[in-house]
Amino acid sequence: MYKILTFSFFDLIRSRWLFIYCGFYLVLATGLFLISSAPSKVIISLMNIVLLLVPLIATLFGVMYYYNSREFCELLLAQPVRRTHIFLGQYMGIAISLSLSLVAGLGIPFLFYGLIGSGEMGNYLTLVLAGVFLSFIFSGLAFLVALRFENRIKGFGVAILVWLFFSVIYDGILLITMSVFSDYPLEKFALAASVFNPVDLSRILILMKLDISALMGLTGAIFKNILGSGPGFWAAWVSLVLWMAIPLTGIRRVSLRKDF
Amino acid sequence: MISIQNLHKTFGKNTVLKSVSLSLTQPGIFAILGPNGSGKTTLIKSILGMVIPDKGKIIFNGTNIYRQWNYRDEIDYLPQIARFPENLTVQEVIEMVKKLRPRPARDLALIQNFGLEPFLSRRLGNLSGGTRQKVNLVLAFMYDSPCLILDEPTSGLDPVAMMKLKQMINQEKEKGKTILITSHIMGFVEEIADEIVFLLEGDICFRGTPEDLRQRYGAEDIESAIAALLLSDSTTPQLCIKY
Repeated sequence: MYKILTFSFFDLIRSRWLFIYCGFYLVLATGLFLISSAPSKVIISLMNIVLLLVPLIATLFGVMYYYNSREFCELLLAQPVRRTHIFLGQYMGIAISLSLSLVAGLGIPFLFYGLIGSGEMGNYLTLVLAGVFLSFIFSGLAFLVALRFENRIKGFGVAILVWLFFSVIYDGILLITMSVFSDYPLEKFALAASVFNPVDLSRILILMKLDISALMGLTGAIFKNILGSGPGFWAAWVSLVLWMAIPLTGIRRVSLRKDF
Repeated sequence: MISIQNLHKTFGKNTVLKSVSLSLTQPGIFAILGPNGSGKTTLIKSILGMVIPDKGKIIFNGTNIYRQWNYRDEIDYLPQIARFPENLTVQEVIEMVKKLRPRPARDLALIQNFGLEPFLSRRLGNLSGGTRQKVNLVLAFMYDSPCLILDEPTSGLDPVAMMKLKQMINQEKEKGKTILITSHIMGFVEEIADEIVFLLEGDICFRGTPEDLRQRYGAEDIESAIAALLLSDSTTPQLCIKY
């Protein structure tokens, strides 16, 4: 698996799209640091962009890479290599190269502005780490969708739908539910619902870390109470790890059954 | 060496293989023939583990290949359509396969044989179909495995490369290998095949030497014999000799 992972990784880091992706974060973070003096404001602005863009780009990369490397897969499948290693290796190659672009793009301006060791470092790390988790989760989901659908158009459509669901539709449904049942205490429901969406989970983790949960009213206070404390905080991170495991097991399962 | 037992495969509503049984115990060149869509490639891909059969099993050198991968180290495969990652150079693809199979390989001799030196640093996406097929042949013949599976090896080749290919196949046969070939060029098959396995609608319809096939249908060459077989089968199915 390691050989295939390194092969996909080096194939991808030669792609100019990955450089554009990294450059975008570099310019964005530098620009935000230049116009704003408070790092926490920069982190919130970056958070809003990262939470929308990271899942989208990871989804597009995951689908595109699978469909573009189909021929390569057929070549590999005839070699003495485990099926699961081929696909997991390729997926890890995508996820790691995307994550590295994100870490470099967001990390370099942070280092440049001498914020290492400052109080903001933990917040910034939370943002970057959440971005890395989202890269792994969404590129994995997209890779799984592509593996499942032979038809490229269908695969693309479903993968975009998955992104749209977690980024927009899920929150919409949640909001409608909460306004319809506003007479009931919904804080615990909201907390539980956020676990089922990695984007929401990441957002809450970053907001909790920034200590601005007061902006979220009573729900925020409950979130802070549960997620801000040791076990709750770790439980949220563990949920993100579990989210990473979903595409991994899916890719393993589908790759064992698929005909090429 | 290869034993296929009651292999059955459907893709959606389309039944491609209907309990195919085939045993290849002796070394030699076996030509798998049949009209388009008769299941030749599916059969070959099942042996390689790329297609997972619905029923039946394939035994390769005494072991059931289901969910196995080690056995592929003893098979060299030439895919039907030479498709490679477009951004890679010829050299990179060869190196990559060598990394996956760290065994002595004779890639340099083959590159010379097919005159591929000028193309080594060219991207695969920019090569002509014939040149890509030559790269495909280098990858397939690079290792000295006891079993060789060639899916349409002649497609896109010029007469010189075709001649070299025939020589290479015969050399491999002399080493005592089991060679499976599918081809639509009957002259080529007639020249090299020791045995013919004829597939029709997912079932083996004939197995025997080219001579047997010619005699059975009273034809001068394989092409006419197969035409006779196909015509007789469509009108009077009982004439198709079930293997």
